[in-house]
Amino acid sequence: MARLSIEHLRKTYGDLTVVDDVTIDIADGEFLVLLGPSGCGKTTTLRMVAGFIAPSAGAITIGERSVTALPPWKRNCGLVFQSYALFPHMTVAENVAFGLEMRKVSPADRIPRVAEALRLVQLAGFDERYPRQLSGGQQQRVALARALAMEPDVLLLDEPLSNLDAKLRQEVRVEIRDLQRKLGLTTIMVTHDQEEALTMADRLVVMEKGKVRQIGSQRELYEKPADRFVAGFIGRSAFLDGEITAPGRFRTRGGVEIGCAAATGTGAATLALRPERIAVGGEAQGLHNHFQARVEHASYLGAILDIDVSLSGHDRMLLQIPNKAGVAEPKPGETITIGWAEDAGLVYPREA
Amino acid sequence: MSASTRPSLGSVALNAAAGLSLLYILLPLIFVTWLAFFRQEIPSFPPEGYSLKWFAAAANNQPFINGFLLSLQVGVAATLLGLLVGVPASLALVRHRIVLGPLFNTLLLMPLVMPGIVLGTAIYVFQIETEIATGLPVMGSQGGLIAAHTLVVIPWVVRLVTASLVGFDRTIEEAAQNLGAGPFTTFRRVTLPSIRPGIVAAGLFGFVTSFGNLEMSLFLVGPGRTTLPIAILQYLEWKIDPTVAAASLIQIVLIAVAMIITDRYVKLSRVV
Ligand SMILES: Nc1ncnc2c1ncn2[C@@H]1O[C@H](COP(=O)(O)OP(=O)(O)OP(=O)(O)O)[C@@H](O)[C@H]1O
Ligand SMILES: [Mg+2]
Repeated sequence: MARLSIEHLRKTYGDLTVVDDVTIDIADGEFLVLLGPSGCGKTTTLRMVAGFIAPSAGAITIGERSVTALPPWKRNCGLVFQSYALFPHMTVAENVAFGLEMRKVSPADRIPRVAEALRLVQLAGFDERYPRQLSGGQQQRVALARALAMEPDVLLLDEPLSNLDAKLRQEVRVEIRDLQRKLGLTTIMVTHDQEEALTMADRLVVMEKGKVRQIGSQRELYEKPADRFVAGFIGRSAFLDGEITAPGRFRTRGGVEIGCAAATGTGAATLALRPERIAVGGEAQGLHNHFQARVEHASYLGAILDIDVSLSGHDRMLLQIPNKAGVAEPKPGETITIGWAEDAGLVYPREA
Repeated sequence: MSASTRPSLGSVALNAAAGLSLLYILLPLIFVTWLAFFRQEIPSFPPEGYSLKWFAAAANNQPFINGFLLSLQVGVAATLLGLLVGVPASLALVRHRIVLGPLFNTLLLMPLVMPGIVLGTAIYVFQIETEIATGLPVMGSQGGLIAAHTLVVIPWVVRLVTASLVGFDRTIEEAAQNLGAGPFTTFRRVTLPSIRPGIVAAGLFGFVTSFGNLEMSLFLVGPGRTTLPIAILQYLEWKIDPTVAAASLIQIVLIAVAMIITDRYVKLSRVV
């Protein structure tokens, strides 16, 4: 187990930069989740750490060892592939023993370690099966056991749960997390499932277009998103485009004046509001900002209602309100009162 | 009524067509087998009686024995050489972007479609020219014969091994490397077992092709050095008794046994 440090990592293919100056420090035993939309460079980053892609620039250090120039077989990173990549011609036990064999562990010493790894992933007794005789979830756990058995310095998981159904995903999620804690494994997991990321991570890294947008805890990302992208990507946000007219004053494109503590500086900006900070109806009356809004569209989603409203001809925003018993959902064309506190919004300079 | 109790007209027709084709393919085999047991020397129908004497005659025929041994040696050597050249060539063709890759692929498959007479003539001329140019005794040598047979083995290897490589999931090679295996170990422990069926099938078909090759070999054998098919041909030039049928039947049985044994380890129908 060791600390992992990724410094100024970059990968370019011709003119295309797919990983751009990524710097991440992962503490010993930390569970870090790499999150971002499809194609943002998550897999590329992970594969550079594992040694399958040569970085165009930057350095990777595991513990005290610089591994940037080492081939994959000398890095001691346990990588769990999205497709599991079990050896089809080997039994479960042989699969798990492979890493030990490569480390010249004697056959007699391998047996207890394989058994231990399989016990950890709750597959004791499956030793003699072949991968094709296992379910997807079991194969996934064999892949995990295989990576764990070799006692890697860091564990790398590339969307390990994406091939599992929703229920199994929940279970394996907990299993992986428990195991990781118990063994104190320094781990990077890649996912584009936000819920998975939020439930599992010690810390999250949000990437977009090859760049790290923000690194932080769940609370930091949700309550203090570093930019508009993160505000929209982690959880939901209602966005209003406009400009800062004076410190604490924001005016939307449609001319609606909003008091907002976070508005500093000047110029074109976007106001981001978390849906649960927006009050509707009577509660909204007493708040610093309250407006009459026209309902454009309402969707019934069970526990919550999604309501698309317009503040003016130019300002539309999405609300989410809890579905309270006895409250009829607003109809399109109706006018409702909405409001939020002065400290509720976050303001980001408008991106070009 | 389900289809199983009353087969449809279509499935009856299909089965009939399949049965007829099979019969057509097996007919020569059936006749050779039958003929091998005839008692009389000049094959005529109906047979006068049955006997095993032709098998003894075939097994004691010195040219046949010498031919069999030579064919065996050449076949084994050519198969091994063909694999040695063909497997790396297939790996290179499938895994790397090679300039003119498709062209090389076609060239490597060419000996399979080229008429044996043409191939034989070409190699004959080439060997003569080589002998003249270098002074080495190439013409009619066993080495020359093996080299030529290697040529007809290579297409089988390239065809079957590239086919098994194309469907091969390379992430398992990465998994091996991730677990600490270097490139050579990865090839030996992970790649090779996965393409082994293709290699075994290629070896078998390559060997059978070499063993049965007549047209090309006709040009290349030297004095006192004939392969089994040529020995059989030469025998037929002055005698048509069932010894030849018996020799052929022995050959067929040997090849069938080889295929059955191979099939136990590798499902040939899945590779070819
Ligand atoms: N060999 C390559 N040549 C050129 N571009 C590549 C190559 N490999 C990956 N890319 C590009 O790099 C970008 C990042 O790819 P990567 O696989 O890292 O994405 P990802 O974040 O893992 O996405 P996903 O969530 O869909 O798995 C993509 O836009 C992809 O098209
Ligand atoms: Mg990916």
